[in-house]
Amino acid sequence: MRRMLLWLPLALFAALFGLVALGLFKPADRTVRSAMVDKPLPDFTLPAIVPSKPGVARTSFGGGKPRLINVFASWCVPCIAEAPELMKLKAAGVPIDGVAINDTPEAVQKFLDRNGDPYQRIGNDKASQVQIALGSSGVPETFLIDGRGRIVRQYVSNLQDDQVDDILKTWRGMR
Amino acid sequence: MRPLPRFLSHAGLVPASNERQAGCVESKGLRLRRVGPRHKAGVTVVLGLILAAINPALAEKASLADTQLSDPAKEAQAKALMETIRCVECQGQAISDSNADIAGNMRSLIRERIKAGESPEQVRAWLIQRYGDYISYDPPLGGATWPLWAAPFVLLVIGIVIARSSFRRKR
Repeated sequence: MRRMLLWLPLALFAALFGLVALGLFKPADRTVRSAMVDKPLPDFTLPAIVPSKPGVARTSFGGGKPRLINVFASWCVPCIAEAPELMKLKAAGVPIDGVAINDTPEAVQKFLDRNGDPYQRIGNDKASQVQIALGSSGVPETFLIDGRGRIVRQYVSNLQDDQVDDILKTWRGMR
Repeated sequence: MRPLPRFLSHAGLVPASNERQAGCVESKGLRLRRVGPRHKAGVTVVLGLILAAINPALAEKASLADTQLSDPAKEAQAKALMETIRCVECQGQAISDSNADIAGNMRSLIRERIKAGESPEQVRAWLIQRYGDYISYDPPLGGATWPLWAAPFVLLVIGIVIARSSFRRKR
């Protein structure tokens, strides 16, 4: 028994070493996820940012029709990479509302002209009020809202093909 | 266009990129203060009014990100709360220390809510509802965190036991 105990510190050290090594090769996921998923969409009203489109408000969600909220910005590079994925969703008939973070009408219009315009409405969220209310930590992020106005899913960072498929499947299932 | 790798592509996760929202810079003592000759203030106000009339977007209420509340007691409450709210972008910094846009917007939101009469704990609860316990540097006592509180006492008891047995041996 005594002899076995002698090895205990080394065993503990080896275990700790293993733990640290594991953390080195498989870093933790630092994504901040919203705690608002599975909760009703908070109340908000955002004014329009471009003259051709209305703003976004809580009242435009629910009513039996699932929709997407895309939190984006004209100054955000991954948002450009995401644009073709959003256009695919638009082509499939998914209604998308944009929430523009810290942006200007001119810059948003230029962004839409250059990268395509998947949005039905775009709200001006100058102070990140709605972004924070949604529990979003950056741009781009996409939220799927069901027909009862509940947040069903959150997609952090630019959408990938598999996520677009997931959105389409879930959205068709909800209609 | 080849999609950006997912782990690199969220502005919240790119500390060194040129994204405006990713402004994770050590900022203590470096925040710019608006200084200028006094006589220009009137000109600025007039200019501001003209601009506001031209562009309604500029007429929005000013951000309180770097502007203190006029009530010192409320400002102290807001400041104390900001020091215990984690920045979701420059993770590891408090929003009071972070230069990230979203941290500034959170400071503004906290000041507005405190100004409107909410208590700091109400605002903290509201933020925890959005981002989970992660957002708060003041972790609540719960199922996952009780060892944090228990550990010092457990270690103290173990220490006393070891000390007692080793002192006995000496005698």
